[in-house]
Amino acid sequence: MNKIIEFQDVSKSFGSLQVLENLNMHVNSGEKLALIGPSGSGKTTILRILMTLEKIDGGVVKVDGDYLWHQKIGDKLEPASEKHLHKMRKNICMVFQQFNLFPHLTVLNNIVQPQILIKGVDKVDASNKAEELLALVGLEGKESHYPHQLSGGQQQRVAIARALAMDPKIMLFDEVTSALDPELVEEVLSVLRQLAENTNTTMLTVTHEMNFARDFADRVLFFEHGRIIESGPPDIMFTNPKESRTRDFLKNFIGGI
Amino acid sequence: MNEVLTYSPILIEGTITSITLTIASAILALLVSFIVGLARFSRLRSVRWSAVVYLEFFRGTSAIVQMFFMYYVLPLLGVNFSPIMAGILACGLNVGAYGSEIVRGAVQSVGRPQHEAAISLNYTSYQRFLYVLIPQAIPMMVPTFGNLLIELLKLTAVASLITISDLTFMAQIIRAQTALTLEPFLVILIIYFCISSVLIAITNYIGRKVSKGRDTIQAGGD
Repeated sequence: MNKIIEFQDVSKSFGSLQVLENLNMHVNSGEKLALIGPSGSGKTTILRILMTLEKIDGGVVKVDGDYLWHQKIGDKLEPASEKHLHKMRKNICMVFQQFNLFPHLTVLNNIVQPQILIKGVDKVDASNKAEELLALVGLEGKESHYPHQLSGGQQQRVAIARALAMDPKIMLFDEVTSALDPELVEEVLSVLRQLAENTNTTMLTVTHEMNFARDFADRVLFFEHGRIIESGPPDIMFTNPKESRTRDFLKNFIGGI
Repeated sequence: MNEVLTYSPILIEGTITSITLTIASAILALLVSFIVGLARFSRLRSVRWSAVVYLEFFRGTSAIVQMFFMYYVLPLLGVNFSPIMAGILACGLNVGAYGSEIVRGAVQSVGRPQHEAAISLNYTSYQRFLYVLIPQAIPMMVPTFGNLLIELLKLTAVASLITISDLTFMAQIIRAQTALTLEPFLVILIIYFCISSVLIAITNYIGRKVSKGRDTIQAGGD
């Protein structure tokens, strides 16, 4: 199996707080991965490192065989230049907890503009693709709305469509339902389930929705204090975890599983 | 009062000069505001540093002295400006320094999440500013720029000190020729007030225009 993401001895601190400690992990191409664990365990930091939003302090990260935060100059590994990061980002896109749609653009233009600017697609093709994707996430007819005119769940589905329009090889979902009212969570999760079923895109999701993690993921990683405590297929992780700490954490969700 | 009104041709001329001076300096100030304000975000330390030096110099010294410098000192160094040119430069460069802080503050207040969304879509830093941050910052800048425009109009009154025949200059002439003091200054006070009322109305109009369709821009996106 082709490893599309590799973390080798990765460390990351915020001030004196060590968030990741010599982390080693990999993700196979096309794999759907769920990262679970208590708040502050470093799950989101992993996504942010992959999206080049947080630098790493030690170790290396490889994406698609190439160094993410470094570039090889001669035999030496140097910190990545902005140009290298720009090249590496081509394959990765992230969906945020707070949606982060562009409030000054209509729904359609939120999806069209990045295609034109970054992928060089012409306007007609970009609009067609945007409309197709809006239909996919169940938002036909909302093209000319502004983000603030939509519910949180609708905004998040637009954000998912916007990310899909970039055709990334890797999609990162950072607690995408945490900012939503409970009754809006399901509409977003069902879109993600559908995506996980039907695409070969590698997907990493950080989530507190255990039912969703179970349906979505091929593999679940349980994190605590910046370390992987246990990992495995969801059937085993949720029914018969080996580690007592995993069991303790999942106990809080027992009603929901 | 009638006596003052017989001078209305030169009052009109002065009004036109004051308005011209205000508009020309405003255009210069707007350009300077964006150039210096955005330079503060440069990746190059030298560019950021130059912008700060510019800001602190023009903000930290008197506008009148800057104007005298342009008109009386620079010719000694071989640089000659017409009075109106010196007035435009001094007002524009001075107000531009304050304006750069408006631009910097507004762009900064757009916030990290928008910046990160643009990074995640692989926008270059240039595209992030041009297509994401600046368009959202502009509606926030307009009211503050409106205030600054009024300040600028009032600052142009100082230009009479470098022999520009603006409104204030004309009032001095009328005073000298008629020995009236209250009337000419009362008249120009009213004219200044009328001009600034128009400027406020224009800014309000622009303010409504640029924020159209995105009235809850702050609460909407993130």
